Amino acid sequence: MQEPAITPDLIASHGLKPDEYDRILDIIGREPSFTELGIFSAMWNEHCSYKSSKKWLRTLPTEGPQVICGPGENAGIVDIGDGQAVVFKMESHNHPSYIEPYQGAATGVGGILRDVFTMGARPIASMNALSFGETSHPKTRQLVNGVVEGIGGYGNCFGVPCAGGEVRFHPAYNGNCLVNAFAAGLADADKIFYSAASGIGMPVVYLGAKTGRDGVGGATMASAEFDDTIEEKRPTVQVGDPFTEKRLMEATLELMATGAVISIQDMGAAGLTCSAVEMGDKGKLGVRLDLEKVPCREENMTAYEMMLSESQERMLMVLKPELEAEAKAVFDKWDLDFAIVGETIAEDRFLIMHNNICKADLPLSKLSSEAPEYDRPWVPTPEAEPLADVPQIDPIDGLKALISSPNYAAKQWVYEQYDTMVMADTVRTPGLGAGLLRVHGTDKVLSFTSDVTPRYVRANPFEGGKQAVAEAYRNLIATGAKPLATTDNMNFGNPEKPEIMGQFVGAIKGIGEACLALDMPIVSGNVSLYNETDGEGILPTPTIGAVGLIENAEDVIGCEVRDGHVLLLVGETTGHLGQSALLAEVFNREDGDAPAVDLDAEKTNGDFIRDNHEFIKGCTDLSDGGLVLAAFELAEGAGVGVQLDDATTEILFGEDQARYLIACNFDQAEALMIVAGQAGVSISSVGKFTGDTVRIGSSEAPLAELSDLFRSSFAAAIA
Amino acid sequence: MRAAVVVFPGSNCDRDLAVAFEQAGFDVSMVWHKDTGLPENIDIVGVPGGFSFGDYLRCGAIAAQSPICQSVVDHTKRGGYAIGVCNGFQVLTETGILPGALLRNAGLKYICKTVPLKVETSNSAFTEGYNAGDVIGIPIAHHDGNYFADAETVAMLQGEDRVAFTYEDNPNGSVGDIAGILSENRRVLGMMPHPERAADLGHGGTDGTALFRALAGVLTPA
Repeated sequence: MQEPAITPDLIASHGLKPDEYDRILDIIGREPSFTELGIFSAMWNEHCSYKSSKKWLRTLPTEGPQVICGPGENAGIVDIGDGQAVVFKMESHNHPSYIEPYQGAATGVGGILRDVFTMGARPIASMNALSFGETSHPKTRQLVNGVVEGIGGYGNCFGVPCAGGEVRFHPAYNGNCLVNAFAAGLADADKIFYSAASGIGMPVVYLGAKTGRDGVGGATMASAEFDDTIEEKRPTVQVGDPFTEKRLMEATLELMATGAVISIQDMGAAGLTCSAVEMGDKGKLGVRLDLEKVPCREENMTAYEMMLSESQERMLMVLKPELEAEAKAVFDKWDLDFAIVGETIAEDRFLIMHNNICKADLPLSKLSSEAPEYDRPWVPTPEAEPLADVPQIDPIDGLKALISSPNYAAKQWVYEQYDTMVMADTVRTPGLGAGLLRVHGTDKVLSFTSDVTPRYVRANPFEGGKQAVAEAYRNLIATGAKPLATTDNMNFGNPEKPEIMGQFVGAIKGIGEACLALDMPIVSGNVSLYNETDGEGILPTPTIGAVGLIENAEDVIGCEVRDGHVLLLVGETTGHLGQSALLAEVFNREDGDAPAVDLDAEKTNGDFIRDNHEFIKGCTDLSDGGLVLAAFELAEGAGVGVQLDDATTEILFGEDQARYLIACNFDQAEALMIVAGQAGVSISSVGKFTGDTVRIGSSEAPLAELSDLFRSSFAAAIA
Repeated sequence: MRAAVVVFPGSNCDRDLAVAFEQAGFDVSMVWHKDTGLPENIDIVGVPGGFSFGDYLRCGAIAAQSPICQSVVDHTKRGGYAIGVCNGFQVLTETGILPGALLRNAGLKYICKTVPLKVETSNSAFTEGYNAGDVIGIPIAHHDGNYFADAETVAMLQGEDRVAFTYEDNPNGSVGDIAGILSENRRVLGMMPHPERAADLGHGGTDGTALFRALAGVLTPA
């Protein structure tokens, strides 16, 4: 077949800028072949190369005694004692999900699960952080329904419990939804598998599903802005097969147990290209592939297509040749393809042969080491305009406005479509705060949360970045967990715009500072840029996924709120209403600054909660929606009424940080007040749980009526 | 007491079912779907939940054709005990061991939540730990749990006291609110809700524990 000539148009359609093409010419000293151009475009797009973000990602804190493996591998790894480790990461599948919601979201889940079991860990938890446009936008319902079904369709079949996540709506996502998928797995700390190949002449083995033409150019698509030709990109979205993924996981874990695996890499973005280069580069080796040996689903696939296919449920491994028969037996058992498609070589070459014709011959190490890296110009985000006057509001009216908004209504419509109980270790299903899953066969419990408040980040990227980490920290603390580590999924607009780059830089600085102060190093992450449609960017959305550990299930802070319990508010309240949920939902305003985050107070108050967990019968962090929403959620969850004493709008709806709401009996409250006084922690009694109404000052409504509103509003807006 | 749990490539509640059996005192063997026989001296076979072969076709239809299912059919024909949960229930109907079929949920969506179930009969090795009329909380997690059988079959099941559990608040459109049924000899139970997800205080409560305990009691060698 005649390959297309390398023209400026072809180069541009591969997402390569003219100066990037010049760099290719410098590296290889000749014009690239069509396949080679495809390989460069796959390796050098934003999605794979992190060329705009690398400089800033390097500034994040990534180390700590608990960290076994930080960023750079398929997922991060953290020690949880007893020779066990938790392996986790969060990754976006934004563009594919907007184009084809079911498959885009499904394969997002598939990709992140693969990242986890590639390292030798059995997935035990998933989360999904979703951002959609306003519910009145014509596309939103279709996207929500498709994305949620896709996530469920994949995760439920695979058999991983969903531990939580987020769902938000804002007009800024009308043309570009966000689908951030998190997965965590459990591994033995001494049986972790990495991607670096070693040894010369070792077989490179292809495992899993067959290669088709789906997803060719997907990573390049994901690195471009959207416009009205977007429907044409639908063929670049991959199709997921969770049944094959489940078999691939079982077979991979079984294969690892045989001792045959030297190194392993899943085929995700840019499939065969990225995985082979990654293994060679990390092992300082070259790789030769013979493409006629690649199991193909379609006929007459070209080298270009095979190298760029993003067909799902595939793995590449370097195996010990003497154990090939054992390895093949495992894959035969699971009825999966197993093919030796190449070998490691001593020279620094990425040599692609197809029916004995050389299709690409590139210096392998330069594909990543010489990848472009940009120090994009950026401007700091201007200080937010001061908050205009906020009128006082009837507290019950304000509460109703919040809980009838799909942003703050109960999300069971979403979570009931996900299997939250498979594996039979679910201590707390999604709904209130962090999800809790027991480490199978032990008394240890892991706590999972995902958080960000994009309005804050837009108003003040630095404080907003800090806040996302602080809220994750608080959600873990409120379950009694010790926060361990963090994964970040940075969703931003076009980094070539200095103001967008300024948002990114500000958020990274805030996240870094908070992770350092709260001892939650970043161990993995993902950057998704160019989240723009027709030049309009999304709200900057650095999603923070975090994991905490409770060493003994007895120390979990439960949800045992009872009639007669008092409400204690931990932390200082000044009544910060800038960028609050109240402003957005009731007054349709998004003005003022984000709340400032005092990291010392976060640490002090977090330690106080954990140290005194035995006095606490129920606990939630205060975040958007403030005191009133937190108190309502605790009451609603327990099915008991609540009274709050103060009816001032800023006290009830203010979103000051470093705060928790505690439920406990009178004696426990006394004890907590005394300890708080000694520890210098601000604490005050703000009301009590009683009866069957919600009463705030002189305003009152039956709990049952509010509960109906809270539980029906999401479906009413979406279904 | 010995239990065998069948493992299809897409089973994902196999471990959960095995743990529930073990906690009730059973020795458990896992049996691969390609195996052509069950282990010797098995007291009960468990067919677990999951997506046996991806369920891209009718749920359980391909699983019912796998070699091990012939052994399960033979085992039940000899009067052996068996329990099929969720996908396992679908497999048992596809093999013809139990009557009826499981259709797509009436709401067309997957549902995972704990639901109230009414124990309809205590007259079986599975349900004798409950009183008829008890309401227990057991998780469901399915996309195709809408039990259907023709009116005659439903009348027969009801007339022969073979409806083991009904939904208090029918979540999926099942005819007669049926959540679980017994075979004619009352030794095979198929149910969509997951009792193995409610057999542990740390996870999902203990309303399902009585089912496994009752089985252990009945199957304990004298």
